[in-house]
Amino acid sequence: MGKDKLRLGFNGHFEEKEVEIAAGDPTPWDPSQTFSILGARTPRLDARAKATGAARYSIDVRLPGMLYARILRSHDPATVVRSLDLTAARKMPGIRAVLAIAKPGDALRFAGQEVAAVAADTPERALDAISAIRVEYGARPFVVEIDKARADGAPLVFEGKVETKTSAGDAPGAKKALPRKGNVQGPRASDKGNVAEGFGKADAVVEGTYSTQVQTHSALETHGVVARWEGDELTVWASTQGIFSVREELSQTLGVPLSKVNVITEYMGGGFGAKFGAGVEGVTAAKLAKEAGAPVKLFLDRKEEHLAVGNRPSSVQWVKAGATKDGKLTALQLIVHGGGGTNGGTGTSGPLKNVYACDNVKTEEFDVFTNSGPSAAFRAPGHPQGAFALEATMDELAARIGMDPLEFRLKNDPSEVRREEFRIGAEKIGWAGRDARRRVPDNPALRRGVGMGAAIWYNTGGTGPKATVTIHRDGSAEVVHGVQDLGTGARTMVGIVAAEELGLPLEKIAVRIGDTRMPYGPGSGGSTTTPSTAPTIRAAAWQAKKKVAASVASAWGVPEEAVVASAAGFSMNGDAGKRLSWKEACGRLPEEGVSATASRAENHPDAWKRFTAGAQFADVEVDVETGLVRVRKVVAVHDCGLVVNALTAESQVHGGVIQGISYALYENRILDRATGRMVNPNVEQYKIVGAMDVPEIDVTFLPVWDAVNNTHSVGIGEPATVPTAAAVANAVSHAIGARIRSLPITPESVLAALDGKARVAAMPGRETREGGRA
Amino acid sequence: MKRLLDVLREDCALTGTKEGCGEGECGACTVLIDGQAVNSCLVPFAQVAGSSVTTIEGLTGAEALQSAFIREGGAQCGICTPGMILAAVALPKDADLQDIRRGLAGNICRCTGYEGIYRSLRAAAIPARAAD
Repeated sequence: MGKDKLRLGFNGHFEEKEVEIAAGDPTPWDPSQTFSILGARTPRLDARAKATGAARYSIDVRLPGMLYARILRSHDPATVVRSLDLTAARKMPGIRAVLAIAKPGDALRFAGQEVAAVAADTPERALDAISAIRVEYGARPFVVEIDKARADGAPLVFEGKVETKTSAGDAPGAKKALPRKGNVQGPRASDKGNVAEGFGKADAVVEGTYSTQVQTHSALETHGVVARWEGDELTVWASTQGIFSVREELSQTLGVPLSKVNVITEYMGGGFGAKFGAGVEGVTAAKLAKEAGAPVKLFLDRKEEHLAVGNRPSSVQWVKAGATKDGKLTALQLIVHGGGGTNGGTGTSGPLKNVYACDNVKTEEFDVFTNSGPSAAFRAPGHPQGAFALEATMDELAARIGMDPLEFRLKNDPSEVRREEFRIGAEKIGWAGRDARRRVPDNPALRRGVGMGAAIWYNTGGTGPKATVTIHRDGSAEVVHGVQDLGTGARTMVGIVAAEELGLPLEKIAVRIGDTRMPYGPGSGGSTTTPSTAPTIRAAAWQAKKKVAASVASAWGVPEEAVVASAAGFSMNGDAGKRLSWKEACGRLPEEGVSATASRAENHPDAWKRFTAGAQFADVEVDVETGLVRVRKVVAVHDCGLVVNALTAESQVHGGVIQGISYALYENRILDRATGRMVNPNVEQYKIVGAMDVPEIDVTFLPVWDAVNNTHSVGIGEPATVPTAAAVANAVSHAIGARIRSLPITPESVLAALDGKARVAAMPGRETREGGRA
Repeated sequence: MKRLLDVLREDCALTGTKEGCGEGECGACTVLIDGQAVNSCLVPFAQVAGSSVTTIEGLTGAEALQSAFIREGGAQCGICTPGMILAAVALPKDADLQDIRRGLAGNICRCTGYEGIYRSLRAAAIPARAAD
């Protein structure tokens, strides 16, 4: 332990701070440092495997004798299982195992809930066999719209206690006991200052009700596993964001010791928050494999993916805000009802409570249960929806007091990093000239608009992760760490940090990840992978390098402190002649080389503390005759501490922006109110933004030396998608001069807004929208 | 009858061809049939009798494009990448950005934001054009 004086902050805003450094942990890098690879645009270590088809995803795993499983699901949104007869299915050709998931008397609460499963020697035979399972259902009344679910006398989703399907990583807060009345659970409440007094001091007060739709994660690789038993030991290849959380769930559910469960994720085709647990499908595959005595593959199809394994909940948010005429917020208030189907944890208060400074803030979050698939954590849970309502409110309040929306935000934003990001973004998008560009000279039907939104995130990773770095006699190095790479670039990040610390080219480093037999790696959620993993890797590399230095010192017969390590090798303090290259020094190591296993140190409590900040601006074009919205450009300015790999960090921001555009304009899970079934469980009618619709995306990173850990790194996955829909919606409002308070913004809602109708949800014939009305 | 996709993945162990939706909407299963980009999830396998089917594993002559995907960050999670590359190979060499967008409109990428993909295609096209 010891205190080090560090220069911390960001461009033009540095200060000196003393930071306590844990024993065994290197001092955070200094802003004067020149890096050999950190921060450069480094191609992914696995890019060649991906570009040649060699990369083997969990869905690609094939084992000798492997069987294929399918799940039978309920068609109706609320039923009771009266009887379940698996006899005929068992007799079907090629069927090796049949399993009841529900039992007689069980209530099924959404269309798509799991009933039974089979494993067969071919996928076709498995599909045939599930249709031979005989189930008698008793129909119960159901409700799929959140306003109807809130009404007195609505059919109850849970007649007794809430039995929410829980898998690791389900929506945050879902497990906390809250009061419940009918289908409405909550509130989760916060109250700071006194909002009544705050509104009393305001010169202007605005209020509005904002609604958002259900978005499904829609990762291209669906949920699923391949499960194999060898004796009493279970190996599972999973498409997961958390190999260790899958192991935990399998161990608990199946009663198998943790030591006998191995989970492997070599390559993974996206998760976005919905893939932390083994899930019903993972547990089912393991049970079927046990019964059949053969490995079983169970991957969902696209429809099952939409129905049953998670989504971003809908919301109806009532927001009220007040400000003085000189532009200071005096009160902010939010009441939100979120629709997470059979799941809770649907709050959206994060941005309103945390982005802008305000003395009087009150929030109440209610979960409204409906007979639809359970929500799960989805890239910045609650935040895109919360930012949409908050940022629209900020624009409306600015207009009411006659202040430029940018100036209004700068006056209320306590983050000096984000204020700088707002200024950079405004310059890049051409904020000052935005009004003059609203009309398009050669096309009278087009209007252009520019809008903005703020990003915030909180997590900086934490303790738990361990990594082993081995330095071999030939000077090469090997890193072993049980993190998984969802596609974010984690594998490459691990290699880069080791290469930087050891002073080696990346080609000399082997990175081994994605297996629970390795030292513990963090689950990839909450944007914590990089800030949890990178400092662990650096600490292990630093310790291993010290062991090489110690062997040099011993060969020279000098104390360890006398040996100085650099990229060139090792030298002796004050003796220019005494030096050994890296290769020479490693050549003297014993046959086994040297290894060090390091644990992630605590976040430095006296770091340059702050939340992760971002600012985005959208430039849109709206056709006022057709209502079509086209996003022309998005400027995204973010910080993620110190960037490890500029190529993959930029790619994360691009991905966050397109998911945000897709959420703002297209994606919408639509349930039929008459049957309670999803009418668009595909990627044709569930529209995801594609190649034709993607705008120019301009990404700027603001490096921040925060010393929260020894690499200054912070995650970027979630902040990158927080403000996009808000910025797009504000840009549309700027373009057409009318406010749309409901997502997605469709041609229909644009035309309705232009016709002076408040919201599309109020239009006749649109009652099937979920969460469309307050 | 089996889909071409299943024959490739299960019978031939060519798992570079991916399944994303099974309905011809996401393009993850794109292969070349006699040089044309086709969704293999929509093709009954008997229909390719007498045709030449190229998957990502058997693709030749596209090294420049594949190298550009590697260098420019054209793959993020990478599960759409084989389909993207095969759809891109079927594009004309002189494709401009609008042609590229149109040519890839049937291939969904959920994570890159497409910029890296466009960058890869344009980087690869420059030497190809020079050689033409």
